[in-house]
Amino acid sequence: MTFDLPSLWAAIIAFSVLSYVVLDGFDLGVGILFPAFRERADRDIMTNSIAPVWDGNETWLVLGGGGLMAVFPVAYATVLPALYLPIILMLIGLVFRGVAFEFRWRTLPGSKFWDNAFWIGSTLAAFMQGITLGALVQGIEIENRSYAGGWWDWLTPFTMITGLAVVIGYAALGATWLNMKTTGKLREKARGLAKPLVFSLLFSIALVSLWTPFIDDQYFDRWFRWPTAFFSALVPLLLASCTYLFWSALKQSNDVIPFFATLGMFVLTFVGLGLSFYPDIVPGALSIHEAAAPESSLKFLLWGAGVCMPMILAYTGYAYWVFRGKVDPEEGYH
Amino acid sequence: MDTLLLSRIQFGANISFHILFPTITIALGWMLLFFKLRFSATGDRKWMDAYMFWVKVFALSFAMGVVSGITMSFQFGTNWPGFMETVGNVAGPLLAYEIMTAFFLEAVFLGIMLFGASKVKSWVHTLATFLVAFGTTMSTFWIIVLNSWMHTPQGYELIDGVVHATNWFEIVFNPSMPYRFVHMMLASGLTVAFLIAGISALRMLWGDKGEDVKSALRVGIIAAAGLIPLQILAGDMHGLNTLEYQPAKVAAMEGNWETRSNVPLVLFAIPDQENRTNHFEISIPNGASYILKHKADGVVPGLNDFVEEDGTIMHPRVSAVFFSFRIMIGTGVAMLLLSWAGVVMLRKYGAGNMPKLPLIAFSAMSFSGWIATLAGWYTTEIGRQPWLVQGVLSTKDAVSDVPAGMVLSTLIGYLVIYASLIIAYMGVITYLARRATRGEPLTSRQYPRGGTTDVPVLQPGK
Repeated sequence: MTFDLPSLWAAIIAFSVLSYVVLDGFDLGVGILFPAFRERADRDIMTNSIAPVWDGNETWLVLGGGGLMAVFPVAYATVLPALYLPIILMLIGLVFRGVAFEFRWRTLPGSKFWDNAFWIGSTLAAFMQGITLGALVQGIEIENRSYAGGWWDWLTPFTMITGLAVVIGYAALGATWLNMKTTGKLREKARGLAKPLVFSLLFSIALVSLWTPFIDDQYFDRWFRWPTAFFSALVPLLLASCTYLFWSALKQSNDVIPFFATLGMFVLTFVGLGLSFYPDIVPGALSIHEAAAPESSLKFLLWGAGVCMPMILAYTGYAYWVFRGKVDPEEGYH
Repeated sequence: MDTLLLSRIQFGANISFHILFPTITIALGWMLLFFKLRFSATGDRKWMDAYMFWVKVFALSFAMGVVSGITMSFQFGTNWPGFMETVGNVAGPLLAYEIMTAFFLEAVFLGIMLFGASKVKSWVHTLATFLVAFGTTMSTFWIIVLNSWMHTPQGYELIDGVVHATNWFEIVFNPSMPYRFVHMMLASGLTVAFLIAGISALRMLWGDKGEDVKSALRVGIIAAAGLIPLQILAGDMHGLNTLEYQPAKVAAMEGNWETRSNVPLVLFAIPDQENRTNHFEISIPNGASYILKHKADGVVPGLNDFVEEDGTIMHPRVSAVFFSFRIMIGTGVAMLLLSWAGVVMLRKYGAGNMPKLPLIAFSAMSFSGWIATLAGWYTTEIGRQPWLVQGVLSTKDAVSDVPAGMVLSTLIGYLVIYASLIIAYMGVITYLARRATRGEPLTSRQYPRGGTTDVPVLQPGK
């Protein structure tokens, strides 16, 4: 059977990264929004809305990173050294905000510190993820299957913009999440924040999209030549319908739709990026097939993925179902 | 200092910090399941109180383990790209299996275990507790598979200097895996047994007379006393396995320079690698030959066999392995003595009337499992040097060429963060113990339905 294992695996990893972005996106977003909510009680409800699920959300990052390591070891061994500092800063951010969930409930004198650790850590992680994305888009220099660029190549105006865009995007997800999960004044405030955040997000998407084709001919060709131009026309159209959906639902004070409409914007942007990258895994430098592990490894993994992935999706869905609905403001921490 | 040494220190610091927390969560997960099942069977409130206290320690440990674990999974790429380039075809799939079969299971059901008690039926909550414990064990299994393969690799072929898998069964069930897995599971059990006994003893010293504390103390002491002989046996078998596959490591552990018969068991010495001898040696004649070969004239390999003709040293730094090994053994002996004395005291006085001295001893030993576990891992990991994957890839060939200055600055960053997080972690555990002793709520802020709702909901039969 001549089944294209590397492409299948690229799809699985892309799915993991997308799952990570939308899932951890909203819970990092809740952290980014912390400074806008000064009340201790509000902050407790905000963290309680994500406390049962953040661990699972972050595991998608481990699968994205671990999957990359397993399936495309060359990509892993070149991209990570290239992004040494942003990755480590992202990890440090995740460390702080992750442990803050527990610490902010267990220490009276230190809880102010852990609140700050929570929002700074969340913001730092989001910003560094945006920089990572931008650095990938602008290209990573590879020679002889290892990184050949400078140690500060990732630091450019373009990556600063993508970093900021991801922070804004996550905050928009966080605001619409809170609109869905909370009640009363807290919800009204989140609903008020959602509007400017989502429009800033759309502006950032537009800005990055206009910039990208001029970074590399590959993107230009991909976006403006037939048949892929069909998709590059489709993506903005679908984005516009998400925006309409978001706007009308938010006006009617709908709980659920604004969140999923914003989620849709993320998915579309991600699909757009995927189309721009394919069939490369490191744009312009390394293709999926060049980077893939040998078939003996891919096949061994496929068994596990075939059995485990459906189960993971099923029980993750179950957990979200258990914690469906609004957060009870009178329920404290475990 | 160069990038290689700094990267080794950084990886060592990261993995040492990380292992502290899984060592607790692996066995504490099963212990929580035990508490929950006892509660379901007896309906006795004390078991739920013990569950509610220790689940908080579990949650905190789990969070620390997750965040430091994510750091680990990226360290391979940032600092050791040569590792992935050479053995990524084996290491990657094993780690991916760990993520798919263990990480999601733990992380998702932890949410239900911690926050779902009032939202799901009691048996679903028990099931969630079981799945979290099962997940931590699966996670141990896969990571031990990978680590053991790095010590005793098989089931692969080299094509252009890159490892390709030929037989996954041989890779997974490599020769040192069963020993290392059992040794680590028991280490986790002992760490948790001493933690539970120690913190319970501390609460009793502070005047806590709760039934849950007495039961936890009893469970901790009995578990420790039962596990330690098993651990000594498992450790001995693991050592014999190492002798077969990594004789240089055993030679360094024993501080034995020449291959010969009638090798003494060195209790203490200062190994001198430059002059290739020991100073201030205190030893038992024929001891090492007896332990390793079960006869007085058994031949034990010596370190001098692992020096090549051009003088290249192919064995690990002797003093590091030698002393780590002795710290592990010393801690183990202290555990054996204290836990067995503890059982005698339990029989004589009962858990409620333990004299002060053993209580002080147990609380001083609360984190002794950490010391033994770290010392044991240092023995085996430093003992593999200069190899990263025994006989396949040397450590110096795997390191990235990130500038030393950058590695140094991130290393300092990590060390500062880790030191403060460990202090915060231990501080919070004692803070929780103090609040529990005073009968105060375990969260710093109270809500009408916070925490306490769980118990009535979880009553058996409801």
